[in-house]
Amino acid sequence: MNDLFATLSKYLSFSFVQYALIVGVLVALCSSLLGVTLVLKRYSFIGDGLSHVAFGAMAVAAVTGLTNDMPLTLAITIICAILLLRTGQNAKIKGDAAVAMISVGSLAIGYLLMNIFSTSSNISGDVCTTLFGSTSILTLTPAKVWLSVGLSAAVVIFFILFYNRIFSVTFDENFAKAAGQKTGLYNLLIAVVIAVIIVLAMNLVGSLLISALVIFPALSAMRVFKSFKSVTICSAILSVFCALLGMLISILAGTPVGSTIVAVDIVAFIIFTVIGKLTGGKAK
Amino acid sequence: MPLIKCEELTVGYDRRAVLSGLSFEINSGDYLCVVGSNGSGKTTLMKTLLGLIPPVGGNIVKDDSIKNAIGYLPQQSDVQKDFPASVWEVVLSGCQCRMGSRPFYNSSDKERAKKNIGRMGLEKLKKRCYRELSGGQQQRVLLARALCATDRLLVMDEPVSGLDPQVTEELYALIKELNDDGMTIIMISHDTERALQYATHILDVGHGVFFGTKEEYLKEGERHE
Repeated sequence: MNDLFATLSKYLSFSFVQYALIVGVLVALCSSLLGVTLVLKRYSFIGDGLSHVAFGAMAVAAVTGLTNDMPLTLAITIICAILLLRTGQNAKIKGDAAVAMISVGSLAIGYLLMNIFSTSSNISGDVCTTLFGSTSILTLTPAKVWLSVGLSAAVVIFFILFYNRIFSVTFDENFAKAAGQKTGLYNLLIAVVIAVIIVLAMNLVGSLLISALVIFPALSAMRVFKSFKSVTICSAILSVFCALLGMLISILAGTPVGSTIVAVDIVAFIIFTVIGKLTGGKAK
Repeated sequence: MPLIKCEELTVGYDRRAVLSGLSFEINSGDYLCVVGSNGSGKTTLMKTLLGLIPPVGGNIVKDDSIKNAIGYLPQQSDVQKDFPASVWEVVLSGCQCRMGSRPFYNSSDKERAKKNIGRMGLEKLKKRCYRELSGGQQQRVLLARALCATDRLLVMDEPVSGLDPQVTEELYALIKELNDDGMTIIMISHDTERALQYATHILDVGHGVFFGTKEEYLKEGERHE
C-alpha cells in the first residue's frame, strides 16, 4: 500500500501529470453539465457527429503544422455545430442523416489527410491518439492548459447564467417560445457550447469516446435523482469523481487514460442503476 | 381592441396550406373552442397563433398585452416522459417570460409560482417528480406553469386527451373557473358536445370554416339538419 502511495506521489510531482489532472477535472465537469440536455433533447447524436468533425479538424491542423491545434479545431467544430442545428430545423435533409453525412465524411477526410501529408513516422499511433486520446492529455503544453482552463470557466459561467433557460428549452421548447422566449438563440448557444466541450474533451478521451463522457454521468444521475437540479449536481460530482479515479488508475496501472475513465463511468452507471432499482424511485 | 384578430389567415407547413380563409377575432374574456375532425389543421392553426410557425398567408394582429405572455398548454411530448424535474421546477419555469434579462428568479416569481401551485391544488405534490404523476396531475402542473406565464390568454391543445372521465370533468371545471375570473381561453377539442357546454365562441374548421358565438353555431347546425 505504501508503495502505491509512493509511486503516486512521485507521479504527482511531475508538472505534466498536474496539468493532466487539472484539465481532466475541468473537462469532466463541463462535459457533464449539458449531459441531461443532450440526452433528453435527442442531441446526443449531434455530440457524436461533432466529435468526428473535431477529429477531421485536428487532422487538418496537424497537417498544416500548427503547434496549437485547438483554436482551429474549435472554430471548425463551432461552425459545424451551427450548421447541423440549422439543417435540423429546416428538415429538408433529415437531421440525423445530415449528422451522419458530416461525421463520417470528416472522419474519412481526416484520416486521408493524415496519411497523405503526415510528417510523422507513426501514423497509426497519431490516429489512435486522436481517436482514443491515449497520451494527448499527458503532453499538454502550458498554452493549451490555459486555453482549456479559460474555456472551461466560460462553459461553467454560461451554464450557471443560463441554467433556468436551458431547463426551459429542454423541457418544453414550444411553451417557452409561445411565452416569448428567444429559444432559437438559446439553442444556438447550446450548440456552440457543445462544440466547445467536445474540443476540450478531445484532449482527455479522444474523439471516439467523448459521447461517453457527456452522457454517462447524466444517465447515471437520472437513475437515482428526480429533479433537474439534483440530477445536474449529481452528474457533475460523479463525472469529476470518475475522471479523477480513472486518471489515477491509469497512471498506476499504465492503462490508456480515456478508456479507463469511460470504464469507471460504466461501473458508476451500473452501480447507480442498481441503487435506482433498490430505492424503487422513492428518492426525491 | 381584440386580443387576437385574424384576417384571411392561411396556415400550414413549408408554405403548403393546410387550412385557409380564417377570419376571426378573440376578445378579452372569451372562451373559444376550435373544433374539427383529426387532420383538419387545428394544431397547425394553434401553432401559428402562438408564433411557433409563420403564417402561410393573411394577417394576425396581436394586442401588445399578450406579446410576451401567452400561457400554452401543449400536448405531452416524448421528452417530458423521462425528464427529471420536480413539480416546483416545472411550474417556476413558467415565470421565465417575466425575467427579462435577469438570469435567476426573484422572490416575486417564486411567490407567483407558489400561488399558482395553490390555485391548482398541487401543494402536496410540490417536491414530487413530474414524470411520476398521473395524467391529470401532470395537466394541472402544466396549467399552473401556464398561469405563471400569463394573466390574459391561455391556449390549450386537447387538454383532456387520455384522461379518465372524472379527471376530465374536474379539469373542465377548473378551466371554466379561470374563464370566470377573466382569463381568455382558446382550446382545441374534438369533443364538440363539451365545447358547446362551456365555450362562448366556436371556430369550426371541419368542413368549411365557421366562426361565431355558440348560439350562432347552434342555429347554423339546426339549419343543416
